[in-house]
Amino acid sequence: MDIQVNGQRTFCYTGGKIFDPAKPTAIFLHGALNDHSVWILQTRYLAHHGWNVLAVDLPGHCRSAGDPPASVEAAADFVVALMDAAGLQQAALIGHSFGSLIALEAAGRAPARVSHLVLVGTAFPMKVSAALLEGSLQEPFKAIDMVNVFSRATLAPPPSALGPGTWVFGSSRALMRRVLASNRRVNLFHAGFKACDDYQGGVAAMAAVTAPVLFVLGRKDQMTPPKAAQALVDHAAHGRVTLLDVGHHQMLEAPDGTLMALRDFLAA
Amino acid sequence: MPGYSNPGFDTLALHAGAEPDPATGARAVPIHLSTSFVFESSDHAAALFNLERSGHVYSRISNPTNAVLEQRISALEGGIGAITTASGQAALHLAIATLMGAGGHVVASTALYGGSQNLLHYTLRRFGIETTFVAPGDTDGWRAAARPNTRLFFGETVGNPGLDVLDIPTVAAIAHDAGAPLLVDSTLTTPWLMQPLVHGADLVYHSATKFLSGHGTVVAGLVVDGGSFDWAAEHGRSGRFEELAAPYAGFHDMVFTDESTVGAFLLRARREGLRDFGACLSPHSAWLVLQGIETLSLRMERHMTNTRRVVEFLDRHPFVSRVGHPLLESHPSHALAQRLLPRGAGSVFSFDICGSRAQGKAFVDALQVFSHLANVGDCRSLVIHPASTTHFRMADDALAAGGIGQGTIRLSIGLEEADDLIDDLQRGLKLAERASA
Repeated sequence: MDIQVNGQRTFCYTGGKIFDPAKPTAIFLHGALNDHSVWILQTRYLAHHGWNVLAVDLPGHCRSAGDPPASVEAAADFVVALMDAAGLQQAALIGHSFGSLIALEAAGRAPARVSHLVLVGTAFPMKVSAALLEGSLQEPFKAIDMVNVFSRATLAPPPSALGPGTWVFGSSRALMRRVLASNRRVNLFHAGFKACDDYQGGVAAMAAVTAPVLFVLGRKDQMTPPKAAQALVDHAAHGRVTLLDVGHHQMLEAPDGTLMALRDFLAA
Repeated sequence: MPGYSNPGFDTLALHAGAEPDPATGARAVPIHLSTSFVFESSDHAAALFNLERSGHVYSRISNPTNAVLEQRISALEGGIGAITTASGQAALHLAIATLMGAGGHVVASTALYGGSQNLLHYTLRRFGIETTFVAPGDTDGWRAAARPNTRLFFGETVGNPGLDVLDIPTVAAIAHDAGAPLLVDSTLTTPWLMQPLVHGADLVYHSATKFLSGHGTVVAGLVVDGGSFDWAAEHGRSGRFEELAAPYAGFHDMVFTDESTVGAFLLRARREGLRDFGACLSPHSAWLVLQGIETLSLRMERHMTNTRRVVEFLDRHPFVSRVGHPLLESHPSHALAQRLLPRGAGSVFSFDICGSRAQGKAFVDALQVFSHLANVGDCRSLVIHPASTTHFRMADDALAAGGIGQGTIRLSIGLEEADDLIDDLQRGLKLAERASA
């Protein structure tokens, strides 16, 4: 469904169910150069098991209008504005990679409005190599391939998102190319990576978080290795960690593992 | 496979989609000859049926062995995923039926396999889907054939029977300008010779019966999605592709483009096409194709080496009037083949002997290494004489109108010693020459 946020159309995938204000809501935030569809299986399941889901396309990405957020802080402001626009007093925030930093910052800014915080494939600081930052600008297709190689942990994922017969490397690459093409004004690849690289407020935000926090990390993740999340884990007052035997494509390579971690955490 | 390593073609041909079986340790891909798969619970069952969780329910829809093949061909083609089908014809039908119903329109190359031409020209017309045929090299013709209801452009990498190479970048651009995807039949070239998705095609299909399996033991098909065509955007512009971008009552009003930005075609093709039409592939057949793909590059390299030798031999032979392979500078697609198919334009081609229908028959009957049958893409060399077999009812003038001479011979060059193939052809040509016209 489309929600007007800051006067701009924002696409939110609702998991095949109509938004019901009476239900608790989970907001899903994708990573750099991704969109809502990276959460397809987790969101669809939760939408049919008692939750509203709003899996957004961030501003300026794919089906959402507006300027893409230039910083994690700006994106966090957008999340709070989205909650206001949707009439949500409180929601669970679930983010992947760049989206995890956005969720964290939003939870730090408005702790009373966040019921649960889930950080999938996170790190702080989330530094991006100079070569990759430059590559995202100068040779984005090559950099997309590089990111996808770094992100995968196996050539043979079990039944994955979208489902049996999906080649995760290819589908992730195609999605990133599509998202890149969706905005002719701003290089979303570079903008997302730069926002991750610039972000300084992770520890301070985590110190302000009052909601329970779940970290879903990939043992074989080379983009955000588990040790890179330790600073946040150490500062989470109510944190727990789930390690999956995957890389940075947690939702795609291990859709069930990611879903079960989310489901159990949200139910607790 | 951690680390910044991007496996090459041969590694993907062996490893993509499969690792040692976690239950048994089996290194080869197991054949899961099971029609159905046990649910963990009622909730698990409901979630699988409703596309909330990923897994196998029933082998008409998906199967673990088939899924390995689907991932492997996707990796080799540069796609996002694939669907195995009962045959190449089933793959073509699945692709078309996923994108349109009655009222739809296809723009297709005239240079097609006979079965594909028949499906488009006769059978689908009966179901309200029309096709306009265009010569593969007629750029203006491709452009002029597009209509507001065109849902698909379609051609073969190298067209039947003359091996006209499809200018995929040009035709893809025309298709995209017309708001339609390009589907390419890549059966005769395989991803080892060309990856159509890299050149701009949106969908690729194979008769895996041929070179992918490679041993003449199985009938199978595959359709691969490149994930490149923006169905939702085109639906917004023209209203087309409502099958993918509007609620589908046959699956809980699912909007496939909402579910997956790049995978909507595969979702609908599997959830409707396999479910309702049911042209699925046996897991045993999928395994046979996998066995073939593991040696695809080795075989294709040999196919190309042998083809080069045979083409050179035939081109020099005085009783041969024409050799139709883009290896030769005289072939109209020679330059295009050099650009799009630098490793070769395949090992299936035709040539004409300087003789009658009877002499063509005598030639085929004299061969001992080549097998006389109606297939291509086997590891064994194959031959057929259309005028005395597939087209035997046609009069000479009708044959000529179809680009087939009385002495036209089609070869599929296999993996035997090239010297033995040339000796065999030499013998056949000698006996044909002596035979009475």
